[in-house]
Amino acid sequence: MNNRLKTLSRGIIDVSPLMIPVVPFGIIYGVIGMDLGIGPYMTLALSIIIFGGASQIVLLQLFSGGASSLVILSSVAAVNSRHLLYGAVLSEHLSNLKLTWKIILSYVMVDQAFAVSNAYFKKNKKNNFKHYHLLGAGFTCWTIWQISTIFGIVLGSIVPEELGLSFTISLTFLALLINDFRKFKNIIVMLVSGVVATIGYNIIPFQAYIIVAAISALLVATLLTLITLKKN
Amino acid sequence: MHWSTIIYCGIITYLTRFSMIFLLKEDILNNKAKKILSYVPSAIFPAIIFPPIFLDSAGIIDIESNPKILAAIFAIIIGYFSRSIIATIFVGLVSYWFLIFVYYQ
Repeated sequence: MNNRLKTLSRGIIDVSPLMIPVVPFGIIYGVIGMDLGIGPYMTLALSIIIFGGASQIVLLQLFSGGASSLVILSSVAAVNSRHLLYGAVLSEHLSNLKLTWKIILSYVMVDQAFAVSNAYFKKNKKNNFKHYHLLGAGFTCWTIWQISTIFGIVLGSIVPEELGLSFTISLTFLALLINDFRKFKNIIVMLVSGVVATIGYNIIPFQAYIIVAAISALLVATLLTLITLKKN
Repeated sequence: MHWSTIIYCGIITYLTRFSMIFLLKEDILNNKAKKILSYVPSAIFPAIIFPPIFLDSAGIIDIESNPKILAAIFAIIIGYFSRSIIATIFVGLVSYWFLIFVYYQ
């Protein structure tokens, strides 16, 4: 097998186990999109245009609360700001690629693809086709995300409202934090964010509570980081 | 919702992915910046998790007879021990259904 194809399929294989939780997440997103009445086309369009599950759900939630475009936009930007970190970390492995490659790979650089490809890049620095790994992993995520969104859209049109599926938004985000439950500093940051958002929900105008809570919590995170770094 | 909002959100999301890959030749973020960015999920997700759980439909804090708080606690316990995303969502949802359809009936 040629090296490109081999690296591409390595990417697909490496990312596959991480797709298991993506499926219910995508389905939940699709169901909620239908639940909030934005219709099947817009629900799927969000998955294709934004391609970032957490930010898509935030967008839906803010939209249903009547938030303005500016608040929606800044909240989506805040949720996705973590990609800056991924891009910075991967830049040294991708800097020699043509612009076209950078444009394509950026579109699919999501959490799961970053996780497996970053690990692969570190171990295979000499492979000239190592970027095919990210291509394979990224488009696997993309395909699974679109398919599960469609499943959700179909299910969403038949699931009764009494089931209270909007609660799954909270549960899904809770589940995305499970690896941080054991870290004391993360728990402090989480509590700051949650408490500010809950209290600010009625006080902060324009549904900007997510942004205000996130900034407050990041300030606390910055303080905690500076204090710890000083100690060492 | 306007399509323009969706397009703008798509552009801004894309830029968070593309900008660093496009601009940097090597990783220049220092450890401090990385450490802080690693807190982004912990700083944002609770702002999405908390209000729908603790506030009722009128936006008032409701901690008595609130099935969502209990269900969330079950989900946290399961998530803490199993570290499984699916198990966390599943237990949270099933215990919520048990509370609203059986326990509080």
